[in-house]
Amino acid sequence: MRLCLPLIALLIGGEATAQSLRPYQIEADAITQSLTGKTGVAARGQAIIADRQRGLCLLCHTGAFPEPHMQGNVAPDLREVVGTLSAGQLRLRLVDIRRVNPDSPMPSFYRNDGLTRVGAPWRGKPILAADEIEDVLAYLLTLQERK
Amino acid sequence: MKRLCVVLALLSSGAVASDKRSGVEYVSPETRALQADDFANPGMLWVGGGEALWNEAVGQTKKSCASCHQDAKQTMKGVAARYPVFDEVRKRPIDLQGRINQCRVRRQKAAAFAFESEALLSLSAYIAHQSRGMPVTPPRDERLWSYIENGKELYFRRIGQIDINCASCHDARAGQRLSGNLIPEAHPTGYPIYRLEWQSAGSLQRRMRGCMTGVRAEPYAYGSPEMINLELYLMNRAAGLPIETPAVRP
Ligand code: HEC
Ligand code: HEC
Repeated sequence: MRLCLPLIALLIGGEATAQSLRPYQIEADAITQSLTGKTGVAARGQAIIADRQRGLCLLCHTGAFPEPHMQGNVAPDLREVVGTLSAGQLRLRLVDIRRVNPDSPMPSFYRNDGLTRVGAPWRGKPILAADEIEDVLAYLLTLQERK
Repeated sequence: MKRLCVVLALLSSGAVASDKRSGVEYVSPETRALQADDFANPGMLWVGGGEALWNEAVGQTKKSCASCHQDAKQTMKGVAARYPVFDEVRKRPIDLQGRINQCRVRRQKAAAFAFESEALLSLSAYIAHQSRGMPVTPPRDERLWSYIENGKELYFRRIGQIDINCASCHDARAGQRLSGNLIPEAHPTGYPIYRLEWQSAGSLQRRMRGCMTGVRAEPYAYGSPEMINLELYLMNRAAGLPIETPAVRP
């Protein structure tokens, strides 16, 4: 394992608000360990993405989902974007893509600190919970298998 | 001089006038046709309502808008094309809705209209309609500069759980599809607009609040300095484009 010590960031998150987030380690450009310790369920991940208010992915990306005219083209198709990224690399991109690309419009899905003026219903919460990140990741990995 | 440079830099950061495209160019042909036809455009109901209110004597003074400003078709021409302006009374910028309410309270001695009330939208629509076709021409008033700058800061400030700024959609990705909607350039040239989704007319502030809630942010309050400064920045950014009130949007 390429354990690059200076690059390890152990995130316990921003004090008070972040208590609900599980700590994770970034090694190089990946989070190799599951956030929950378990493997996600692809079918659940697919359902999260299909529900645009939950996954948000289809606001920007297209994918193999119903109603293609309601899918965004701000970003490449999900089937393309998974590329050859490893599970750990994909996990980091879901958790906090801004660490890889600080200018990305894609939100950090597992973060609840360093944010400004978050509306009351969403305050202190990440966009997706740890198990939901793992489920979405499991679905993305099936897209690579199908290629 | 330094300040002048700041403002020049501020205003030149957008596209040049001829590159700017009104939001109407990003809507469907049907919606565009609706906006173009005064008999079909639902926003004209508010314009008509505003004309009636213009002539209505109200308040302790029993004066109408027309008592002071006569025929809006003459006296209100070009007003919406230059607002927001610097307000000598409050010593800060004021937008068109703010001015209407200021006249209500100070000149007519009547109660201010609520934000998004039928009456305030109607009078705003009637007044803005008098500038239809005229290019947005923000005043060259250096007292406005710091407020425009602040509006620009807010436009580029990442907010909400999505943690994104206005520019990342409206500058960088205009014309692309966000879900089913084309992202417009956010030029506020047709406000108040009639929005099919609202089944009603609505103000620029309501529209901006929609985008703020969309990124899961706490929207700035109606009439707040932040809202006025954003309006100021957006109007400066839209300079040269024609006023289209009442615009129609999906
Ligand atoms: C607001 C827009 C937006 C949303 C919402 C969004 N993305 Fe993205 N995504 C992008 C853009 C743009 C890129 C292209 C690379 C970049 O700019 O960072 C991207 C890139 C990616 C990548 C590739 C990253 C890389 O480094 O190559 C993956 C994987 C991805 N998105 C998955 C998702 C999934 C899954 C969701 C929902 C859970 C999602 N995206 C939601 C805009 C978005
Ligand atoms: C994630 C993308 C996104 C972000 C961020 C965003 N907007 Fe928008 N905005 C849109 C879309 C899409 C529309 C058009 C929606 C429609 O008409 O259904 C829109 C419409 C507008 C309009 C109306 C333009 C017209 O033609 O009438 C204005 C003004 C506006 N936005 C201002 C802002 C401001 C100010 C911010 C930041 C506080 C902002 N937007 C942030 C996507 C965004």
